[in-house]
Amino acid sequence: MATFMERHRKLERNVTLLAVLAFAAVTVGGIVEIAPLFWIDNTIEKVQGMRPYTPLEQAGRDIYVREGCYVCHSQMIRPFRDEVERYGHYSLAAESMYDHPFQWGSKRTGPDLARVGGKYSDEWHVQHLTDPRSVVPESIMPTYGFLKEQPLDQGDMSAALQTLERVGVPYTKDEIAAANEDMKAQADPDADHAAFLKHYPGATARDFDGDPKRLTEMDALVAYLQVLGTMVDVNAPAAQEHLAKEKGR
Amino acid sequence: MDSVLPRSGLWLGALFFAVIATALAADTGFAVHMMICGLAAFIGLVVTVRGWDPAATIRPVDTGRYDDDLIRLGVIATVFWGMAGFLAGLYIALEMAWPQMNLGLQWINFGRLRPLHTSAVIFAFGGNALIATSFYVVQRTCRTRLAFPGLATFVFWGYQLFIVLAATGYLMGITQGKEYAEPEWYVDLWLTVVWVAYLAVFVGTLLKRSEPHIYVANWFYLAFILTVAMLHLVNNINVPVSWFGSRSYPLFGGVQGALVEWWYGHNAVGFFLTAGFLAMMYYFVPKQAERPVYSYRLSIIHFWALIFLYIWAGPHHLHYTALPDWAQTLGMVFSVMLWMPSWGGMINGLMTLNGAWDKIRTDPILRMMVLALAFYGMSTFEGPMMSIKSVNSLSHYTDWTIGHVHSGALGWNGMITFSCLYYMTPRLWGRTRLYSLRMVNWHFWLATLGIVFYTAAMWVAGITQGLMWREYGPDGYLVNSFADTVAALHPMYALRVLGGLLYLSGAAVMATNITRTILGHYRQEEPLHSAAFDPARDVPLAPAAAI
Repeated sequence: MATFMERHRKLERNVTLLAVLAFAAVTVGGIVEIAPLFWIDNTIEKVQGMRPYTPLEQAGRDIYVREGCYVCHSQMIRPFRDEVERYGHYSLAAESMYDHPFQWGSKRTGPDLARVGGKYSDEWHVQHLTDPRSVVPESIMPTYGFLKEQPLDQGDMSAALQTLERVGVPYTKDEIAAANEDMKAQADPDADHAAFLKHYPGATARDFDGDPKRLTEMDALVAYLQVLGTMVDVNAPAAQEHLAKEKGR
Repeated sequence: MDSVLPRSGLWLGALFFAVIATALAADTGFAVHMMICGLAAFIGLVVTVRGWDPAATIRPVDTGRYDDDLIRLGVIATVFWGMAGFLAGLYIALEMAWPQMNLGLQWINFGRLRPLHTSAVIFAFGGNALIATSFYVVQRTCRTRLAFPGLATFVFWGYQLFIVLAATGYLMGITQGKEYAEPEWYVDLWLTVVWVAYLAVFVGTLLKRSEPHIYVANWFYLAFILTVAMLHLVNNINVPVSWFGSRSYPLFGGVQGALVEWWYGHNAVGFFLTAGFLAMMYYFVPKQAERPVYSYRLSIIHFWALIFLYIWAGPHHLHYTALPDWAQTLGMVFSVMLWMPSWGGMINGLMTLNGAWDKIRTDPILRMMVLALAFYGMSTFEGPMMSIKSVNSLSHYTDWTIGHVHSGALGWNGMITFSCLYYMTPRLWGRTRLYSLRMVNWHFWLATLGIVFYTAAMWVAGITQGLMWREYGPDGYLVNSFADTVAALHPMYALRVLGGLLYLSGAAVMATNITRTILGHYRQEEPLHSAAFDPARDVPLAPAAAI
C-alpha cells in the first residue's frame, strides 16, 4: 500500500498526468456502452411500416418539443402486462429510429403517448388540448388553446427536412423540395393529395383542427399525435414472427 | 490601460455581429436572443471605454492577497439564482397541484417552466457556486493568484450570459427537447467557449501553484470541469436548420440518442452535482471543523473509483426500454457498485469531524455540512437501489424519482452550498462574523423541514402511483384508469408545495443574512450555546435500585 501511495504522489504533483489519467478514466464507460449501439442488430434494424414523418407531422413534433410535452408524457411502453394492456404493444427501438431528438421521456405525470395515435378522434384531441378538464376532470394538464389561434409557421420546412436528412432521416430530394406544399396539402381536405401520398404512403390527409380554412399549430400537433405508434402493425403475422426471433430484449 | 483599444474593438465587433444576426434572424426567438447578446456586447463596450469596474461597488477596504472580486460577485450570483430557481420550483409545484396556475399563458406553462426551474437550480445556482468556490479553493490551496484574471472575468460574465440566454429561451419555447441539455445549438456553442476558458483558468492556476501538492479538492474540480466538457460536447452535436435560426436537430436520434442523452444526464449529476460538490466538501468541511481530512488513502481510492464507475451508470435511466438488455444490466451493475465510492466521500467528510462532534451543537454552519453529507449518503444509497431493475420497474416514470432527485439536490447540493456561502461571506468582505448565527440556525431548520415534507410527499406519491398503475382486480382487469392515479396524488402535490415554501423561506432568511453581512451589519444576539449551567443537576445518575 505504501508503494501505491508513493506512486500516487507523482500524480498529485503533475497536473498534466492527473488530467490525462482522469480523462482516460471517464471515457471508458461511455465508449463501451454507446459505441455498439451504432452497429448491433436490434438497435439499427428496420421494421416494416416505418417511414419518416410527413412535414406536417414533423412540424407538430417540433411543437411537441417546444412545449416540453416530454417532461410529463413518456413515449416508451415497457414490456409489462399492465403497460401493454393500458397503452398497447411494448415499444420497439425501430419505432423511434427517425426521432431527432428522441422523446422517450422519464416521467408520467400524464399517460404514455407512444401509441396514442388513432385512439381518440381529432375532435377529442382539439377539445382536450384546448381545455383538458372538460374531457378529463382529474387532469392537471395546462391548456393549449393558443395552438388553435396561432397560424402554423415553423419556418421553411424544406430546410428542416434537409437538416433531418443530414442527421440520417432518409428523405428524398423530391420530398425535401416539396415539403412546404406537402405540409399544406396534408391539412387541406380539398387539395390534390396524389403527390403527397406518393411521398408518404399510408399517411392520411384531412383537416385536423376542425377549421379547414386555416392551417394552425393545432393541425400540426394533432397530426403528429395521431400518427404516434401507428406506423408499425405490431400485430401483423410478419411482425410477430420478427419479434419472436428478437433477442436481447 | 493599453489594451482598451483592441478590447473595445472586440466588443464593437460583437455588437455589430449581434445587430446583423438580429436583422437576419429566421425566427423571433433567435432575434430576441441576438438582441440580448447585442446588449451584453454594448454593456461590455461601455464598461471597457469608461473604465468602469462593477466589482468595485462591493469590494471591501482590505482586498487580501488573492483575486477575490469574482468570488464576491459569484457569492451574490449564487444567492440570486438560488432564489430565482427555488421560486420557479415553487411555482411549478403550484401548477401541478392547481393547474389553473398555468393561467392559460404559453410562456409559463409547466412544460416551459420546468426546464427553467431545473436549469436555474442546477446550472445557475449550482454552476455559480462551483465556479465561485473553485476559484476560491484553487487560489488558497495552491497559494497563488488566478492564472488569467481577465479570462476569469470572462468566464464569470460569459456564464451569466449563458444562463440568461437559456432561461429566456425556455420561456419562448426554444429548446432541443433533451432533459438537462435543453439550450439550443448557439447557446451550447457559447457555453463551450466559456467552459474552455474556465478550464484554462483552473489548470493555469494549478500550474503556477507555489504549493508542491495538488490538494484533493482540486482533483475533483479538475475531473468535474474535464468531464462536463466531454459530456456537453458529445451530447450537443446538433445541426442547425438555419445559421440565423434557433432550431436544430441532434445528430443522435432514437435509441442511440437516448443513451447518449442519459450518459450525459446521469453524469451531469455525477460530475456537476457530485464530483464538483465533493470538491467543495473537501475544502470547506475541514476548514469549518478545523480538523484535517479523515483519510488521505480513502480520498485517493474513492476519487478514482468514483470517476471511473460513474460514467457507466447512465443506462439505469432506460430500464425496460428499447435499449438492449445488456446495456441496461451493465448500467445497473455499475450503479450498485457506485454506492461504495459515493459513500467513500461521505465517510471521509463525516469522519473529519472526529474530535469535533461537539461543534455541531454550537455551530449551525458545521451542522448544515453534516446534514448535507447525511443527505448525500442517503441519496447515494437510494440511487443504486432504484437502479435495480425490479425496483425501477415500480419507481420509474413516477414521482419517486423526483423525490430522490430533490433529497440529493435540496439536501446535499443546497445545504453544502449554503454552508460554503456562510463560510466565505465574512472572509471575503473582511467581516469578523456573519450578521447573525441564529438566522443560520433558522435557515437550517426551515430547510430541513422543507426537505422532509418534500421528499416524504414524493415517496408516497411515487409508490402510490407505481402501485396503482399495476393494480389488477380479482376479475383480471386493471383497477385504475390513469386519471384515477392523477386524482389520488393531489394531496401529495399540495404537501410538496408546503415543503418548497419552507425551503424557499429558509433561503430568503439566508439572503437577508448574507446581504446584511456584506453591508457590514452585526446583529446583537445571544450566543447559541447559552444553556444555563446548573451544578445541582450535574451529578452521576443514581444506580437503579436492586430488586
